[in-house]
Amino acid sequence: MTTPLDPRIDSPGREGLTGTARSSVYEAVTDRDQISLPPDGRSDSAQPAWRGDFPIDWPADHYVARRDFTRFLVLTSLAFSVGQWWIAVQQWWRDRRGRPPLKRIAALRDVVPGSVLVFAYPGENDPCFLVRTRDGALLAYGQKCTHLSCAVIPDPERGVIRCPCHEGLFELGSGRPIAGPPPRPLPRVLVEVRNGDIYATGVEERTV
Amino acid sequence: MGAPARGFTREQRTTIVYGILGFVMVLVVLQLWLLTATMNAFLGGDSAVVWPAGLASTACLALNAGLLRYLRRLERAAARASGL
Repeated sequence: MTTPLDPRIDSPGREGLTGTARSSVYEAVTDRDQISLPPDGRSDSAQPAWRGDFPIDWPADHYVARRDFTRFLVLTSLAFSVGQWWIAVQQWWRDRRGRPPLKRIAALRDVVPGSVLVFAYPGENDPCFLVRTRDGALLAYGQKCTHLSCAVIPDPERGVIRCPCHEGLFELGSGRPIAGPPPRPLPRVLVEVRNGDIYATGVEERTV
Repeated sequence: MGAPARGFTREQRTTIVYGILGFVMVLVVLQLWLLTATMNAFLGGDSAVVWPAGLASTACLALNAGLLRYLRRLERAAARASGL
């Protein structure tokens, strides 16, 4: 005859062995909320023997998992909201800065038709390029690709601007994307010729 | 919106948490779309949508936080009902 297992916590001889008793030694549960159900829904007698040693309350597990996932999603929602207001702050800052100042790029006679000149505008870390086409038109764009900011390369002979990173292609005349992943046109730099010099007067960013 | 005094059963609470999870998911996807669309507009120099999108995203966050708060109240009511 075996001695019945004493399920009491830290009972004599079982100190430190709390939680090792089989679930069947405990009193039968009558509270509907506390009934443990096996994941396959079959009766206890149809369950493998090991499940008696690891009684997992699956309904409670499902509830807690979904509740915690909901909490995580609300945290994600907070992060998206913070990101949204970060854009709003950046917008406010951009409005506060106003239009960029006038800047001399080069003398017109130094830019021969069919050539390309790289310059920075409005800041030193804003690379741009100026193209003088064969018919004499001046076109200037920001040099960062609108996909992932790789430096784009103008090809005046073919009338395109190419991004070598992901094979993006822009039209030279308008700066609009015509192939590849870039989502927006290149920012257009407004240029003017005054007294034989070429000046950048502003930047026009576009969504289409 | 309040939990009944006797508290919901666990099964009922699981159904409720499923519903809340589904609603929160839809709102979070909406916020993700708002964020990407606003970023695209901002980088393209279009400032018209920035503030309305910020307010809409905040409204979604408030709804989500309210639903989470309701879930906590349900759990507290259930704990009170079971004497824990």
